[in-house]
Amino acid sequence: MATPQAIQTGGGLGGLSEATRRRLQRKARIDVWFERTLFAFAFAVLLLLGAIIASLIASSWPALERYGLEFFTENRWAANVEVFGALPAIYGTLLTSLIAIVIAVPISFGIAIFLTERCPNVLRQPLSTLIELLAGIPSIIYGMWGMEVLAPLLRTWFPSVFPAGTGLATAGIILAVMIIPFITAVSRDVINTVPAVMRESAYGLGCTTWEVARRVILPSVKGGLVGGVVLGLGRALGETMAVTFVIGNNLFLNTTLTGQGTSIAALIANQFSESDGTQRSALLALGLILFLITFAVLAFARYLLRNSTGRHA
Amino acid sequence: MQTHTTPLYRRRKLLNRLVMAACIGATLIGFVFLFAILLTLVTKGLSAISPSIFIERTRMNGGGLGNAIWGTFVMTSLATILGTVIGVAAGTWLAEYGNKGLLPKVIRFINDILLSAPSIIIGLFIYAVVVVPMGSFSAWAGVLSLTVIIVPVVIRSTEDMLRLIPNSLREAAAALGAHRWWIIVRVCYSGARAGILTGILLGFARISGETAPLLFTSLNSNQWNFFNLDSEMANLPMTIYQNMTINAFIPDLVSLAWGGALILTAAILILNIAARYFSRQRT
Repeated sequence: MATPQAIQTGGGLGGLSEATRRRLQRKARIDVWFERTLFAFAFAVLLLLGAIIASLIASSWPALERYGLEFFTENRWAANVEVFGALPAIYGTLLTSLIAIVIAVPISFGIAIFLTERCPNVLRQPLSTLIELLAGIPSIIYGMWGMEVLAPLLRTWFPSVFPAGTGLATAGIILAVMIIPFITAVSRDVINTVPAVMRESAYGLGCTTWEVARRVILPSVKGGLVGGVVLGLGRALGETMAVTFVIGNNLFLNTTLTGQGTSIAALIANQFSESDGTQRSALLALGLILFLITFAVLAFARYLLRNSTGRHA
Repeated sequence: MQTHTTPLYRRRKLLNRLVMAACIGATLIGFVFLFAILLTLVTKGLSAISPSIFIERTRMNGGGLGNAIWGTFVMTSLATILGTVIGVAAGTWLAEYGNKGLLPKVIRFINDILLSAPSIIIGLFIYAVVVVPMGSFSAWAGVLSLTVIIVPVVIRSTEDMLRLIPNSLREAAAALGAHRWWIIVRVCYSGARAGILTGILLGFARISGETAPLLFTSLNSNQWNFFNLDSEMANLPMTIYQNMTINAFIPDLVSLAWGGALILTAAILILNIAARYFSRQRT
């Protein structure tokens, strides 16, 4: 412990006994090492990202070198003849995520507006909590439900549109259900940051609830809402288990909305354990592509969200 | 003048009604989907639940999920412990020392990216740097991949919680002559403990349901593996996945998968509720 003398004598520990001085010096050394240790752990995060990118590039290099640009233009993934094209998987990834966003955004915004503006007070807290809890359900559960319940339903109800029940659109619907709780929770938090005064003054001018939402609330949190949606898109792009069950796993490019296809994550999950050599390297190259796509999307989302609110999962 | 009868007023009111009805409709649609999932889970899963499901190991003709539940518990717990050490340390640096300069900003940004990076990528990464050099799938690889997933969660919550501690507390302790590390350990951590623990608990819940990263790391097995981290270890998400895909022709295994899904979801929901309850109690 530092004594009053230590404070009086300032930096020079002149007036202290030998033992006290040594104790203080030891504590100061601990201080330095404490910070260095903490810093090492924080810096490890940086190294981690570097290691992820480096290892993905290194292990996908054989395939990228062998196929070059053809890897991106070849429209089938045929392991038996060693033809690997990323196009079907990239198409499936982008299309399913797009479908998911198109379905999930209006529903999520609707729920968020209902929860923040119109919901009876008794229900507000329970419903909000429920939404947050549902965001935590593991994705494999959504995949199982899609395969066992949704796909058969779609096949029975719309046999001409969904002949197999599974497919790109089915995967899009499942992804939408998965990211609805997520986008809703973010939008609700963002909308809640609008000061009550702004609402009240708009109501005071005679606005209806919708006018308040449309003209006052939504414009003032636009960046945050878009950020939440893009964050949801990031989830949908990299989602594996929910998609693997229902996408159909067709490895040839199928440029329809409802046909069977595949996504990067689903392709990796399906083929990785039974692959080796070039095929494995090609799968890792797909992983690298997926990581770069999601990295760009997430960075954009963070940029938008940082400017609007504090923290989001 | 009677405003409530003018056409404009009526149109605005009608529009408002329509939009609000649409919002309620959206809420109903959203919750119907989500409840349909939970309902399916309960109806299909409940029949498979019996005491033996927790005790027996997985077999081709059914059996139980005991080894998978145990494996998930072991790997998730180890990953949480490792992730807590790394995450709390890094989060503390960001909150207490990382105020100035570019580096903390970059680290924070990278951490945010890792927070939502696809978990299958993490699995591929650990496969490339752990499984390939080791020569075999192992529980260690599974633990490490889960650690990489939980660390950003812990960093985020640690930093956020430490930032809530008012500076006057730190200054008061410093005025009494405490060194900086002592202030952090005794003053800041004790104030932020509940929040940090909540973050850890939420991270624990999240990684216990992760399937994709385990595909190429710990894989799965139908044997008991109590603590041999050098070999493959059974786990609940992978067992569910395999029972629903490659073993989907065996009805017993499919119903076992639904039972496992119900157990997994229930555990995660309970952990989430506990985390909320805990954080509300202490703050």
